[in-house]
Amino acid sequence: MSEGNGNGTGTGFKGLGLVPSTDTEYKMKDFKSDQDVRWCPGCGDYAILAAFQGFLPELGVPRENIVIVSGIGCSSRFPYYLSTYGMHSIHGRAPAIATGLASSRPDLSVWVITGDGDGLSIGGNHLIHALRRNVNVNVLLFNNRIYGLTKGQYSPTSESGMVTKSSPVGSLDTPFNPVSLALGAEAGFVARTVDSDRKHVTSVLRAAADHQGASFVEIYQNCPIFNDDAFGPLKDPGERDLRLLRMEHGEPLRIGSDRGVVQGDYGELRTADVAEVGEDALVRHDAHRQDSGYAFALSRMDYPAFEHVPIGVFRDVDRPTYDGQMNDQLAAARTERSGHAELESLLNSGDTWTVN
Amino acid sequence: MTKQVQQIDRVIIRFAGDSGDGMQLTGDRFTQETASFGNDLSTLPNFPAEIRAPAGTLPGVSSFQLHFADHDIMTPGDAPNVLVAMNPAALKANMEDVPRGATIIVNTDEFTKRSLAKVGYDGDPLSDGSLSEYKVSQVPLTSMTVKALEEFDISKKDAQRAKNMFALGLLSWMYNRPTEGTLGFLKSKFAGKPEILAANVAAFEAGWNFGETTEDFAVSYEIKPAKLPGGTYRNITGNLAISYGLIAGSQLSGLPLFLGSYPITPASDILHELSRHKHMGVRTFQAEDEIAGVGAALGAAFGGSLGATTTSGPGMVLKAESLGLAVMTELPLLVIDVQRAGPSTGMPTKTEQADLLMAMFGRNGESPVPVVAPQSPSDCFDVAIEATRIATKYRTPVIVLSDGYLANGSEPWLIPDVADLPDLSVDFAAASDGESEFRPYERDPETLARPWAVPGTAGLEHRIGGIEKSDGTGNISYSPSNHDLMVRSRQAKVDGIARDIPALEVDDPTGDAEVLVLGWGGTYGSIGAGVRRVRRAGGKVAQAHLRHLNPFPENLGEVLRSYDRVIVPEINLGQMGMLLRSRYLVDVIGYTKVRGMPFKAEELAGVIQEVIDRV
Repeated sequence: MSEGNGNGTGTGFKGLGLVPSTDTEYKMKDFKSDQDVRWCPGCGDYAILAAFQGFLPELGVPRENIVIVSGIGCSSRFPYYLSTYGMHSIHGRAPAIATGLASSRPDLSVWVITGDGDGLSIGGNHLIHALRRNVNVNVLLFNNRIYGLTKGQYSPTSESGMVTKSSPVGSLDTPFNPVSLALGAEAGFVARTVDSDRKHVTSVLRAAADHQGASFVEIYQNCPIFNDDAFGPLKDPGERDLRLLRMEHGEPLRIGSDRGVVQGDYGELRTADVAEVGEDALVRHDAHRQDSGYAFALSRMDYPAFEHVPIGVFRDVDRPTYDGQMNDQLAAARTERSGHAELESLLNSGDTWTVN
Repeated sequence: MTKQVQQIDRVIIRFAGDSGDGMQLTGDRFTQETASFGNDLSTLPNFPAEIRAPAGTLPGVSSFQLHFADHDIMTPGDAPNVLVAMNPAALKANMEDVPRGATIIVNTDEFTKRSLAKVGYDGDPLSDGSLSEYKVSQVPLTSMTVKALEEFDISKKDAQRAKNMFALGLLSWMYNRPTEGTLGFLKSKFAGKPEILAANVAAFEAGWNFGETTEDFAVSYEIKPAKLPGGTYRNITGNLAISYGLIAGSQLSGLPLFLGSYPITPASDILHELSRHKHMGVRTFQAEDEIAGVGAALGAAFGGSLGATTTSGPGMVLKAESLGLAVMTELPLLVIDVQRAGPSTGMPTKTEQADLLMAMFGRNGESPVPVVAPQSPSDCFDVAIEATRIATKYRTPVIVLSDGYLANGSEPWLIPDVADLPDLSVDFAAASDGESEFRPYERDPETLARPWAVPGTAGLEHRIGGIEKSDGTGNISYSPSNHDLMVRSRQAKVDGIARDIPALEVDDPTGDAEVLVLGWGGTYGSIGAGVRRVRRAGGKVAQAHLRHLNPFPENLGEVLRSYDRVIVPEINLGQMGMLLRSRYLVDVIGYTKVRGMPFKAEELAGVIQEVIDRV
């Protein structure tokens, strides 16, 4: 049971290497649990849940081989609403729990659901270590830039100066850029999407599932109660095309119809008028660059305050997974002898003597 | 010349030197020689937390005490009969434990003015008469070693470093120890460095020959093998025994072992050991912190592994949160706490028993966790198996309270026959067609354990977590009556384990003792040796030792009430005493000491005798 029992031949997803495939043709409804969904009306989590439930049949994996592990926070209620295996664990610890599960069970597709408080504040340590180890889990971080479940305190992604219940004259914290952080933690797969764009969310989930090793996906998620419209500029029809940078591997990086991305003197990325610099000067997106410097430069383009926001896959680079290598070490050490025979010789190893 | 060989029944030797002098290795080798000779033995390593404290200083002194005998013994001994002092600091740091008349072997090369001044000696104790009541052998260990190795192509520093082998050779001669084991050990340790190997062997032999030829040592000693029960033995430390016990638990339960751990003294050796046994399917995960160590173990347990985490006090406090989750999710989990002196960082290499109440109660809410404690280094093996049995059968985290003394101390272990070990096979919940609703919190009527349904099993998809569960379905529930029921059910499950553990046995040879000494954990040997002394002197005393600390054995109350006085010695300020008083309303007499060291047998004998005299 703890061994991979299939080659995952049917799934077509690289990230599901040892997960068995199924011929069952699931529908979205097969992944809905019988529990009432209890987020606030208008919460971005509804849209993400729907996109996720809609995507799961595509995996081609038996429902019982999917596990959702979450921490604490609004987003962490996620597992209750899916008819897979799930654990709604404790604050910030989901990446650690998922690491134990994924590295002992290569036959499972493991998803971590976390938020900006859960994953970047109390659980920041576990998140960065799971990413650097490259455990085969998919981390979906719902970023609403606020603490929702505790009713409206600033979070590690809230902008400096934000007035909240716990910062009546403005927050003094400098926020994290989750994508920059993940890249700094050596993540091999880093992407960003926006809750309201279901098609885009689905495409990013698909790419994350296709990546072998840790995948990190930041999902901008609106909290209508405590931080409504935090991502308004990215959703406003008049404004979004001036800000959103839709990254497609191999395609020139463009913003709207007139602007594009060029490289500056110091390797930084900046925008320019396409008419002025010419089409050929635009940077062609390469998600597979080994060096993470380029992806990092992309992640800095949203400064200040959503100036330009890249969405899509920043980085998708293969390297050996932690769980894969752990299982390789075990397989290489395994002998033909029975466990009891091994135990017998272990107990009798070293200097022994016999008393008659 | 033929030297006199004197028969003795036991001896206590303490090797003491600078942290860099190789005293632990010397002690360990002497122990192995003694073990293979067939003596009963018990050891007490004692070393600073600093890896290399400044050379020649008191904080840098490292020692290794070994007690061996031709009969069965229970402790590493109160006071050494022989002290080997490699420098003035080692002499000064250990003199208060050395009784008058004892033998002291000193390395005179290190007794320079500067070294003496460094540890505050005004004069030279070797010549000022302050050691006149001891049998002092002055041996220039360093210079004799260097001289013996003149012909070897090694640096002077390497030659000097071999002085511990000279000392080992000398002591091996004095006590007629077999040498094959040490020679074999050196061969494998220095396999890639033939010159160093040859030099160490030569130093060892030079020490032996020195004893045999010099007139300073007129007598050597013989201590016959002990009459131990028949079988195959090996010497084992508590940490090694825990490691083997966890591997055995994995084999007996049929569950792959997953250890999530963060390095911490004195528990790290368990992580080191288990990381070497991948061929037995053991996964070890060195986590980013204590929290991730236990979290990963719990995640693996959810997936059907035997999840374990190892730590000491400062790590235990960080694991409290995940332990609570394990209580709530009712998953098996083994938590090994190798206790050390606290609070906070405390004294990392020194022993204590002060994590008991934390293990019992150190979590938010009503959070019952079974607790078991080994009583000797080799007993750690059996206790790890017992913890596995309880955890898997009752679907609960189990805390094992070992301690620094058990972890590093060693004793001969009668290796069990694997066929005699208990069958701990586990039934996971079986796949279902999904037609009937799976109830993850439906309890077994006898054990009150819930089903263990592992991911990958069709039809049993379910969600668990830290939020209160509805009885049966496991869905989130805030119902007042359900919470009351679930709190009581979790408690009843743990309390019910009392029906499934052996009754507390009392050792009361005359059957009419009025005083009982009750201990738990690592104090078993000291208490036992103290009790023997009292009995030899004609005193009547009963002894009992607790292995199951939560729940207690069912007959404990009856045992407590059967004696006029109950003494509870503990290396804390009376934590077990508090539990016993509150549970059984029995006015136990506490005897506590927190010096980072085990009790001495003589001290406990005095305490017991005093209580007997007062009855």
